[in-house]
Amino acid sequence: MALLQIAEPGLSAAPHQHRLAVGIDLGTTNSLVASVLSSNATVIRDEAGRALLPSVVRYQRLGAETIIGHEALAGQSDDPHNTLSSIKRLMGRGLGDVANLSDMPYTFVDKPGMVHIETTAGLKNPVEVSAEILRTLRLRAESALGGELTGAVITVPAYFDDAQRQATKDAARLAGLNVLRLLNEPTAAAVAYGLDKGSEGIFAIYDLGGGTFDISVLKLSRGVFQVLAAGGDSALGGDDFDQRVYDWMVASAGLGTLGSRDARHLLTLARSAKEALSTSASTAITATLGDDRAICLTLSRETFADMTVDLVARTLKLTRKTLRDAGLNVEDVKGVVLVGGSTRMLNVRTAVAGFYKQEPLTDLDPDQVVALGAAIQANALAGNRNGDDWLLLLDVCPLSLGLETMGGLVEKIIPRNSPIPAARAQDFTTFKDGQTAMSIHVLQGERELVTDCRSLARFELRGIPPMIAGAARIRVTFQVDTDGLLSVSAREQSTGIETAVSVKPSYGLDDSQITKMLEDAYGRADADMKVRMLREAQVEARRLIDATEAALAKDGEELLAPPERTTITCHIYTLAEIIETGSNNINTLKAAADALNTATQAFAERRMDASVKRALSGRRLEQIAEHLSADVG
Amino acid sequence: MSVTLTENAAKRVQSFLAKRGGVGLRVAVKTSGCSGMAYAIEFADVEAKDDLRFESRGVTLLIDPRSLPYLDGTELDFVREGLSEGFKFNNPNVKNQCGCGESFAV
Repeated sequence: MALLQIAEPGLSAAPHQHRLAVGIDLGTTNSLVASVLSSNATVIRDEAGRALLPSVVRYQRLGAETIIGHEALAGQSDDPHNTLSSIKRLMGRGLGDVANLSDMPYTFVDKPGMVHIETTAGLKNPVEVSAEILRTLRLRAESALGGELTGAVITVPAYFDDAQRQATKDAARLAGLNVLRLLNEPTAAAVAYGLDKGSEGIFAIYDLGGGTFDISVLKLSRGVFQVLAAGGDSALGGDDFDQRVYDWMVASAGLGTLGSRDARHLLTLARSAKEALSTSASTAITATLGDDRAICLTLSRETFADMTVDLVARTLKLTRKTLRDAGLNVEDVKGVVLVGGSTRMLNVRTAVAGFYKQEPLTDLDPDQVVALGAAIQANALAGNRNGDDWLLLLDVCPLSLGLETMGGLVEKIIPRNSPIPAARAQDFTTFKDGQTAMSIHVLQGERELVTDCRSLARFELRGIPPMIAGAARIRVTFQVDTDGLLSVSAREQSTGIETAVSVKPSYGLDDSQITKMLEDAYGRADADMKVRMLREAQVEARRLIDATEAALAKDGEELLAPPERTTITCHIYTLAEIIETGSNNINTLKAAADALNTATQAFAERRMDASVKRALSGRRLEQIAEHLSADVG
Repeated sequence: MSVTLTENAAKRVQSFLAKRGGVGLRVAVKTSGCSGMAYAIEFADVEAKDDLRFESRGVTLLIDPRSLPYLDGTELDFVREGLSEGFKFNNPNVKNQCGCGESFAV
């Protein structure tokens, strides 16, 4: 018999109509699944009552069962090469993109698109591995909710680029999940606390996990979250705190070098001790080593805080930097949300509260908050809530999207932080007379020059009818769907020929590069602007030369006296030389272009007169009058 | 005539109401579903004019007069089955119910 849940007034679903939707936090260390039951976001636990599923997959010989989660984690030390963990770091990445690959005990194989890992069960890519984790969570949710899932919202870090988002989506599809939407992790945390309802302002999401630290600054206005700035350290987390306790244990007990079994045992004890300090002022650590040496130590909160003070300081330094990137002061932050199990440490909480001069939000379990927010969003997207008060939460595009124009410049079509889904179109034209094809180069990034942005795709629009430069009208449309994935189409307006590409991202940047791209853009806006103006002037000058040369070839003989022609040719030569030498003095360039313009003024007038004469010759006056009135009419 | 909650159900409803707010729990029967009738349980924010009101283990139950005949004597339970947990109707009036139990006939 189906078990019923309490619905909001007037919103009881007809039998068999309640749509089951879940939120999934696919984490580097642990993953969770949550759903809304009786209007209450709840984490779904496994048979043993555990909410967290370690994001660890152990592959066995072909044919044998793949082990996922706690069991895989427990067996990691026995079979490190086939037990894959922290796979999230590899999602949508090539071999060259991931820092510290050598930390991972795996045999990597570089394949086009994404790095693969050699296991006893064959080559596996990060999408397949993540799919195993997602499938486990899907089965857990389906058996708890008693039916097939309509869909899921999966969270991703705010800095994930198109390639990483696409990889996450692919993994979900492989796991048999219908992805309702990908949601930024900090946004999900904000939703879990209900920040999307009522309050507007700036919020900081401080996320200290097992192995990563992320700090995001969100701006909420009219139900839309914008990521103003994101920062962090992909190699700073709770594990570093464990290591400090471990080092302290080894030093205080004078243990010297330890065997790997003892070391592992002590590291586990170090972690338990750290966790115990969240609820008690001091904790005893006792252990017996393999050689029967006994350890008996007491760790107090103060000692722990002292030995980890620099780790906490590092997170605050990054926090300060991220706020500065967003152009904000600590006073501008209206609320702070703590995410990640490591924020249970009291010295972290105290430090964060001190930094922001306010108590952070901690009512929800920091391990669960992202999954809970995703569940709330999933429930709304599945259509289980349709009250008027429910503003459908939007996310934003993390980096600007644009295309290359003449001179290696980037024309931004969809600016960073546009709410998604978004569609924008812009008209472009041909640069040369008779140009019949146009190459469209799609880029992502904040900088002005193509070389400083990331190339996402290239395609060509062919079959443009030959026209003079500037006459063709090519409309380029950028569309970003709700998951932040991009498709681009180009259409020549007069003939209707069209080409489109959906961006299958060329996997390429790592997180720190994305962050760096953002930082660079903030820091170099000024220099970029100057380069942009220079490039624009160069393009304009080249266009002027082309046009003048075309006109000279056509009418030069007929309309110009030889000395006049020489003057014009001379100016062309001067201007061309300035462009050629790549002079970066914009004033010289502009002056030369102006000189050419002035020199050709008389020529242009004569050409105009000549073409009017040509148009009118051989016609009678009435015909011309008729023609004119028809034109006017 | 009465409708009651088991202790487990009452505890659950109270904790939900404490979090969400509202005057009580509305229990109703709707004509739909594969066996003719279907249960609905909703949070109640206001009491309607002709609602019938029952108190059971500290929880206010609101039932509209049309639903009551189908629900008379029903005990609402909160149970856990495997990983799944939720509300279950123990309704003495039911003659037939569909396999899943979401709808029934009297």
